[in-house]
Amino acid sequence: MNRRTMGKALMGAAAVVALTSLGSGAVWAQDKLKVGFVYVGPIGDFGYSYQHEQGRLAVEKALGDKVTTTYVENVPEGADAERVIEQLAASGHKLIFTTSFGFMNPTLKVAQRYPDVKFEHATGYKRAKNVATYSARFYEGRSVAGTIVGKMTKSNIIGYIGSFPIPEVVSGINAFTIALREQNPKAEVRVVWVNSWYDPPKEAEAAKALIDQGADVIVQHTDSSAPVQAAEERGLWAVGQSSDMTRFGPKAHLTGIVDDWNGYYIQRVQAVLDGTWKAEDTWGGLKDKMLYLAPYNPAIPAEVVALANKVRDGIMDGSHHSFTGPIKDQSGKVMIPAGQHASDEQILKMDWFVEGVVGKLPK
Amino acid sequence: MSMIRLEPRGQASPLWVYGAPLLAVALTLASGFVLFWAMGFNPVAALRAFFVEPLTSARGIGELVVKATPLTLCAVGLAVGFRANVWNIGAEGQLTLGAITGGGLALAFYGEGGWWLLPLMVLGGIAGGMAWAAIPAFLRTRFNASEILTSLMLTYVALLLLSYLVHGPYRDPDGFAFPESRLFEEAATLPVLVTGTRVHLGALFALAAVAGCWVLIARTFIGFQIRVIGLTPAAAGYAGFKEKKIIWLTLLLSGGLSGLAGLGEVAGPIGQIVPTVSPGYGFTAIIVAFLGRLHPLGIVLAALLMALSFIGGEAAQIGLGLPKAITGVFQGMLLFFLLGSDVLIRYRVRIGARKTVSQGATA
Repeated sequence: MNRRTMGKALMGAAAVVALTSLGSGAVWAQDKLKVGFVYVGPIGDFGYSYQHEQGRLAVEKALGDKVTTTYVENVPEGADAERVIEQLAASGHKLIFTTSFGFMNPTLKVAQRYPDVKFEHATGYKRAKNVATYSARFYEGRSVAGTIVGKMTKSNIIGYIGSFPIPEVVSGINAFTIALREQNPKAEVRVVWVNSWYDPPKEAEAAKALIDQGADVIVQHTDSSAPVQAAEERGLWAVGQSSDMTRFGPKAHLTGIVDDWNGYYIQRVQAVLDGTWKAEDTWGGLKDKMLYLAPYNPAIPAEVVALANKVRDGIMDGSHHSFTGPIKDQSGKVMIPAGQHASDEQILKMDWFVEGVVGKLPK
Repeated sequence: MSMIRLEPRGQASPLWVYGAPLLAVALTLASGFVLFWAMGFNPVAALRAFFVEPLTSARGIGELVVKATPLTLCAVGLAVGFRANVWNIGAEGQLTLGAITGGGLALAFYGEGGWWLLPLMVLGGIAGGMAWAAIPAFLRTRFNASEILTSLMLTYVALLLLSYLVHGPYRDPDGFAFPESRLFEEAATLPVLVTGTRVHLGALFALAAVAGCWVLIARTFIGFQIRVIGLTPAAAGYAGFKEKKIIWLTLLLSGGLSGLAGLGEVAGPIGQIVPTVSPGYGFTAIIVAFLGRLHPLGIVLAALLMALSFIGGEAAQIGLGLPKAITGVFQGMLLFFLLGSDVLIRYRVRIGARKTVSQGATA
């Protein structure tokens, strides 16, 4: 076979391939949009990943005739994440939600190789032509919780279980503490880091250690229900996280910060269907219904409920900000002057504790 | 006296010593068939998605190699120690240290790297793993402290050290205080061997380690000493073999190789230092070492099989919606059947009361 005939044969082969792919393309056009979800935890964590899974189910319910969805749970943040994301992209998923911070760089790497696939990364800060980011203003919910806890604590020691000292968690601790001390200037917050998003035994141990230090309210920024259960066992109060954890501690559960991705996911999938999808950043709060407060414990007095609702409504209508100056850090230095409130950038980069938090941040 | 007894066989059948892993794999597949069928999935399609689908593309095979690389590096080193009754359980910690030291060099010389940086990082990774394994070696030879406990406990120290570093000194200065390092530069990244995949230079390191360990065990006097100490410590003592020397050697070897595995992850598929470098490779490598009969070649096959069980689990989840827990069930069954057939190779089952008391043939 000389060069020319080989070229012809190749062209023929290419034409066949083109024809068949054209054929399947025509079928493809009527096919449903494939949407993939990558979760860091198990969908049965009844916390963070569970809430994302609820969002996926909401998409199925709302747009099930136009889309099919796939999820992969328990994906470790490391070398494995890139493979999972790429596998979704390679198997025809055109919109992929990667729902944990540690998936940021893997998402960007895959996005570069699959320019026609759209990616959405939760809680990160890097975007690209086909990578959007989204997160919720979790700290707004923490302001409401802090207001309630300030009125409910007797020992004035609050135990706070943190996952990782990242800005999202630190700003949550700070917003909580500011609201707490507005109601109760004597109260202080003690933080224990468990260095995991989901580790029920570690979280339970942290809760017990904090209770032994005199804490009568356990607040968590981790995803399992173990801290709520520990508080329930000891007859103390708890504030849940990510999903409504009332059923794990009906007596202890004061309220909780519940993530609600349903509306966002439906809206973004719809945008892809309509061809209006853009790689933008969404940082929604109480107003946008990306988070809400779990039902208040009936044991909370009516005037405290009214106080909490006032804070919540204030945040929603813009008359109140979680970080309203003057705000001092642990050393007493004024970080946000009176008459101002923290900018979004200050909140997104927050790596210092406000007055009233006991414990140090790793530097 | 119980009705079912295990009676030692005089001699283990050499055929079945190597046949047992194959039998275990076959039994695992058969049980998987029943399991999928009982769960209401088409068992043939499910097993296909699990064990065949990942191997049908170059990318899939590449991923298998990427995943098997750290497993092989850790397991061949561990196997040399296990043969000498030196039980290094802390490969995960040594791997982490290798990532810390080797990856730390990439950060230290950020922006000024040259051709020399990568070799330096490789040596740094090996040295870090060795240093971490030297601690149990010292404690064992000096104080007779069990290396099983010390190496295992040092794993948790290493993970906390990594956590401290990524939250502090290693943190990306432009990273919004998120706990991960900068992305490594080109000069600090292991080159990809096959374009279109993530197979990196580490795979060749793994093959070299396999060859090296085979020569060490099968062809050198030190290898002979290792085997004798493992089989009959008393005889080794009479022959004048220095057990302490072997303890140091095997721990440093397995530590160095695990450190290399850690460096391979951060300078390979991850490309930066993150809070979780390994999803438990150091622990899985223990299973791999035994599944591979402590033989270097067997370990390569076992590492590929374990890698396939991880990747297949994801593929089955994406393709068929099988729960992720299936991966763990498969790995558990594999180990169960392997250990079960091991018992049956060395013992025979006797039903009924003991008739004779002849035990002369036991070795």
